[in-house]
Amino acid sequence: MTVTGTTAALTATGLRKSYGGKAAVDGIDLHVPEGSVYALLGPNGAGKTTTVGILTTLTRPDAGSATIGGHDLARDQDGVRSVIGVTGQFAAVDHLLTARENLILLADLHHLGRHEGRRRADALLAGLDLAEAARNPVATFSGGMRRKLDLAMTLIGDPRVLFLDEPTTGLDPRSRRTMWRIIRELVGGRGVTVVLTTQYLEEADRLADRVGVLDGGRLVAEGTPDELKRRVPGGHIRLRFDAQEQYARAVAVFGEAARRDDAALLLDIPCDGGITAVRSVLGILDASAVEATALTVHTPDLDDVFLALTGRHDTPPATPEENAR
Amino acid sequence: MSAPILAPALAPSHVLTDSLTLTRRNLRHALRYPAMTTVVVGMPVLMLLVFTYAFGGALGEGIGTRGAYIEYVAPGIFLMAAASGAVATAVGLCMDMTEGIVNRFRTLRISRASIIAGHVLGTTLQTLVSIALVIAVAVAVGFRPDATPVEWLAAAGLLAFVALALSWVGAAMGLVARTPESASNGPLPLQFLPFLGSAVVPADSMPAATRWFAEHQPFTPVIETLRGLLTGTAIGTDGAVALAWCAGLTVVGLLWARVAFARAAAR
Repeated sequence: MTVTGTTAALTATGLRKSYGGKAAVDGIDLHVPEGSVYALLGPNGAGKTTTVGILTTLTRPDAGSATIGGHDLARDQDGVRSVIGVTGQFAAVDHLLTARENLILLADLHHLGRHEGRRRADALLAGLDLAEAARNPVATFSGGMRRKLDLAMTLIGDPRVLFLDEPTTGLDPRSRRTMWRIIRELVGGRGVTVVLTTQYLEEADRLADRVGVLDGGRLVAEGTPDELKRRVPGGHIRLRFDAQEQYARAVAVFGEAARRDDAALLLDIPCDGGITAVRSVLGILDASAVEATALTVHTPDLDDVFLALTGRHDTPPATPEENAR
Repeated sequence: MSAPILAPALAPSHVLTDSLTLTRRNLRHALRYPAMTTVVVGMPVLMLLVFTYAFGGALGEGIGTRGAYIEYVAPGIFLMAAASGAVATAVGLCMDMTEGIVNRFRTLRISRASIIAGHVLGTTLQTLVSIALVIAVAVAVGFRPDATPVEWLAAAGLLAFVALALSWVGAAMGLVARTPESASNGPLPLQFLPFLGSAVVPADSMPAATRWFAEHQPFTPVIETLRGLLTGTAIGTDGAVALAWCAGLTVVGLLWARVAFARAAAR
């Protein structure tokens, strides 16, 4: 892959890590431009968390190299640590302290100084709607609040490269939307580079500039969400007919290429769903004077992408389980 | 971006600052959830009362009256109090390791040692407060030390050193343990080791094998030194031996904890 004109916040080459002879990460290359959002998408056990563990100095890779914020991962772990922030799927908060005490603890560990640390802590609490609960012990917090506090604890150090490991796993839909909003605002406002992992295809679609699809420890595809969607079959233009006669003529015109639903009078014409395709379908209809009642364009979603790339249905479970680490 | 390839190594002052930051955190835990502190203080106080009022008469027969027996047993009980901090260190550290917050600490630019040191220093300070309370109770039930201020200071210093040394050992045990429950079991024997020393009865009153053990285990010279400082019995070489044991246990605990941390973090 080549990215020109942008500085890389993160590059990785040939990352490998095995546990007990089984490869968790099996040769991963990454290139994430500064200020962009990169999503690692994959099912449980695909190697997402291990990859993040390697890039955040938690796990030593068996092979491969990486540079994060200009610091070499193997030679300068402290340098890497000074530019990254990590919010994992582990709730890395101190349950016995209050929200504000948690933030000040992190501020102190970043050596921000008493005044600056408290200022940032209060600003983050206000910004993430936690101000009211600031002085309550975290043990009393809901899952969504904990996740927000966890993120705030990561942000207080002002990281340049932010790792979010399954930031919304286990959250209810409303909290998930809140997290998405926060992540988007954060990236727009601060120019932070974000590497996030997710098993939710919708999440990658909403947040990421580029998506890497991870399966069995390997990147099986990479690109913008739209690029990925275009690469898979499953996109089609659906024509709906009210009159049996019009439908029969359309079937004759489009022939074998179209999928028919004779009962519902639906005709699906496979294509990438782009403007050119729509135009040509309309052109054919006009030329043969066939009248369709409705035309809808179906672009494949990332679920289709995953299925096409891995040959398996690995849609996220209804109640997500923890990733094996 | 033109970040340096090699960032400067962590300054020793940072290691100290971070250790103190984490010590404050752990002390805050102790203040807010004093269950562990209660056990740390309560156990030695209970032992003191049992040995003074229940067994004191019989045990003290060879030594004198009940008043004299408390003079004998109290320093050993103080040592028990000093040893009890190891359990708190083990449990606190193990909880951090199992709860994920340690992964946050590990991605920060802070020394690994300060994560452990924060627990060790926190429980050592807690233990010193506990020891002060146990001493107060001992005085209340009739312990009458004849120590000078300097001897008191030396005794306090020795107890602090013991607490610190055993806290490092406890830290390693907590890091080896997989669950907080098993972490609390590891250091428990440390608290009862004084019984197999000269805490309750003199070593030379024991059968040969036990006696050999009592004379050569670390707590006996510590107890004898404390007894000497507080009640004026002879110390002899016990002082030097006690300090050597403390220094040795500190080094062993520290090195073991470092290895155990790396291993625990990898699993």
